[in-house]
Amino acid sequence: MFSTIRSRLIVIAILVLVSLASLIPRSVTVRERGPDGAMRDVVTKRVPIKRGLDLLGGIHLALEVDQSKGAVANASDALDRALTVIRSRVDEFGVAEPLIQRVGSDRIVVELAGITDPARAKAIVERSAFLEWRLTDMDNQFREALPAVDRALIEAGITAGERPAQPSTIDQLLGADTAAAGGDSVTADTTQTLDRPGPLSTLLFNGSIPGEFLVPEEDFPRVDSLIRLPDVERAIPRGLDLVWAAEPVSQGARSYRPLYAVERRSVLTGEQLQDANANIDPTSKQAIVTFTLTRAGGRRFAQETRQHVNDFMAIMLDGRVFRQPPVIRSEIGRNGQIELGSASLQEAQDLALVLRAGALPAPLQIVEERTVGPSLGRDSIRQGTRAGMVAGALVILIMLAYYRFAGILAVSALSFYALFTIGGLAMFGATLTLPGLAGFVLSLGMAVDANVLIFERMREELKLNKTPRLAVDAGFQHAMPAIIDANVTTVITAAFLFQFGTGPVKGFAVTLIVGIIASVITAVFVTKTFFLIWLQRRGPAKELAI
Amino acid sequence: MRLFDNAQYNLMRGWKPALIITILFAIPGLVLLGIRGLNSSIEFTGGTLIQLHANDPAINTAGIRSALAAGGIVGAEIQTFGAPDEFVIRARLDPRAEQSESTTQETREAVRLALTETFSAEAFVIDRAEAVSPKVSGELRERAVLALLMGFGATFLVLWLRYEWRFGLAAIIATLHDIVATFAFVSYLNLEVSLVVLAALLTLVGYSLNDTIVTFDRVRENVKKSKRGDYFYNLLNRSINETLPRTVLTSGTTAAATLALLILGGSVIRPFAWVMTFGIVTGTFSSIFIASPVLLWIERRWPSEDVKIMKGAGMAAPATT
Repeated sequence: MFSTIRSRLIVIAILVLVSLASLIPRSVTVRERGPDGAMRDVVTKRVPIKRGLDLLGGIHLALEVDQSKGAVANASDALDRALTVIRSRVDEFGVAEPLIQRVGSDRIVVELAGITDPARAKAIVERSAFLEWRLTDMDNQFREALPAVDRALIEAGITAGERPAQPSTIDQLLGADTAAAGGDSVTADTTQTLDRPGPLSTLLFNGSIPGEFLVPEEDFPRVDSLIRLPDVERAIPRGLDLVWAAEPVSQGARSYRPLYAVERRSVLTGEQLQDANANIDPTSKQAIVTFTLTRAGGRRFAQETRQHVNDFMAIMLDGRVFRQPPVIRSEIGRNGQIELGSASLQEAQDLALVLRAGALPAPLQIVEERTVGPSLGRDSIRQGTRAGMVAGALVILIMLAYYRFAGILAVSALSFYALFTIGGLAMFGATLTLPGLAGFVLSLGMAVDANVLIFERMREELKLNKTPRLAVDAGFQHAMPAIIDANVTTVITAAFLFQFGTGPVKGFAVTLIVGIIASVITAVFVTKTFFLIWLQRRGPAKELAI
Repeated sequence: MRLFDNAQYNLMRGWKPALIITILFAIPGLVLLGIRGLNSSIEFTGGTLIQLHANDPAINTAGIRSALAAGGIVGAEIQTFGAPDEFVIRARLDPRAEQSESTTQETREAVRLALTETFSAEAFVIDRAEAVSPKVSGELRERAVLALLMGFGATFLVLWLRYEWRFGLAAIIATLHDIVATFAFVSYLNLEVSLVVLAALLTLVGYSLNDTIVTFDRVRENVKKSKRGDYFYNLLNRSINETLPRTVLTSGTTAAATLALLILGGSVIRPFAWVMTFGIVTGTFSSIFIASPVLLWIERRWPSEDVKIMKGAGMAAPATT
């Protein structure tokens, strides 16, 4: 298939370009909570190779439902509840891209890269959930207080200004910079900015229910930092809190984060909730969540709902509002239901899970913890890189000393190998860990093996007085079975390591597999092409210096 | 440059000294292992590990020990780790004692508090902390055993499918030699056995098999070309000698890489680097001195059709060489 040198060179060029392309540093925007407690978007440029916690520094926690103080009924649901709770706290951790996932039937794994305070992270994970239902700001008190809030901001030196081309980076947090001029941001969608100009009010759009405001997702970090300023908190009417929705909503092509002004007083808390389940309403065929309250909770809820018919009630878990607050249709006693309109059953199940998470505590215990300090991670990268460079240099020296001309081919093949391996790791989104780095260094020594096999074979064939052309052909042909057999076993072993290993070992296994594939491609493709070119240039009569 | 070019060593003769070296190396190591037990990492035992960097030169192992004792923690293992100001504190769980799941977490906090009490909070930095509950360590043990068994099993299956059983068996015996020798080596250095070290073990098995396979491929090829009346003994010898330059060169470049890791790679990866470095030595050794003699021995007892027509089914060198 790739018989001509030309087609071989094209394939090599493609491989090199693909590898290089996958290694181009790209800008990533990460949202994280800074040390001052405010959210911020940080744009960084980085080579797209994921690094493991052992290189970045960070904390790995494995959690299980704590059954030591009495059995927890329905452990699987308890784990789902706990997962909902931890996810809702995602930005409290203060790190970019936290990993929170359910592993197997009974475990949650939380991985936080680059965390500086493991004790705080553990406290966030282990804190029990708090569910409450609060009425939204039905009297528009917050909206009326907005001019005062804006004044407070202007007095504090924060003004509304032109929206910069690159919105919402950390730099503009304190400068006279941001804020939307209504014109371009209000497009075909139904949202409207509040008509008063001001540092905060220009960033808020009207929501569809009383007390609801929409903030463009890109302004979320800035608005979050503004409403946390003490001056702003003082200007917010007494008895009101500003709380964010857990998830952004999309309207048209844009994504908004709802902000709710809610009463500080809660109508109901998780303790008064007994159970909640998702159902399909038999008459309307729509998804609903039914809930049952405790006896005392039911009495209180009946009284509250009687007074607040047609008011909206936000469902808050750990200070985040889940779904748009539903309206109270009539007095509700112990049993009630939340209608979700056109939402799917899955969405109803998610909401029921939020309610249960607040109602039924799911105590977690940490069964495994691995913390690596950032300095140790940095040391590991530095030492691993140095070992890799020394190893590479030694291998190059040995090959050049031993094979001279062919050694140059082997060395350039080695650099192709390194490029393909690193590019492959980036392409498959593999995570580079310390054992993975070590595996890569090790593979620099092993990768020349295929070349050595081929070259040795050529030497033998030359000794039998074959022409260089025949020697090259025979060398490749006869070395192939050994190369394949030897590598197949290693790939299989690595696959089992990947299957059964923990994070760092998985990183090792992936590096090994990608490395072997790259090594075989390099040997049979790149090195052979080099030889073919050499044969064509030199003509068949010249001696092969190997 | 050429090494071992046209080598014609009677390497097959080396099986006796090789066997003696193996026995002398492996038996005391295994006995030591039996007495001292495997130095398992806390991944496998459960427990707590804390690695700390001392900013205050006054901190030493004795100081840490008394600080921990003052905080009511006794029996923890305290070692320097790679550098005089790096320490590792290990508190393994007693496998026989009933442990509550939270113990490991509490130990970690207790160690931190005890150290802060005696030294100041600025005197040390915790670089690494691991706490593994007995349940998780049990699972990790199980997974490690599974990874090893299935890794070996699959490797052997490939050998069995790709090679005639006599070759496969000989390769397996050579590999088992490497595994035993490596365990002895681990036991001499009292290396901490973690999942990463087991990964190194599986990798070295792959490496050693790789070496053996290259030699056996050559044997297979030479058998096809052999004539009636050739000595199988000589054929094996010739095959080893023909592949010797490759064996030595690849071992050399790989050893260069593992030595770089061992010396420069840092203390966290050092056990891995030790096992890999030794693995190259034993893998090369076994593919030269163990695999082919074992193959000869197997062929002598159960000769295959190809070899039956050859002479020299003895373990000693034919008189003609």
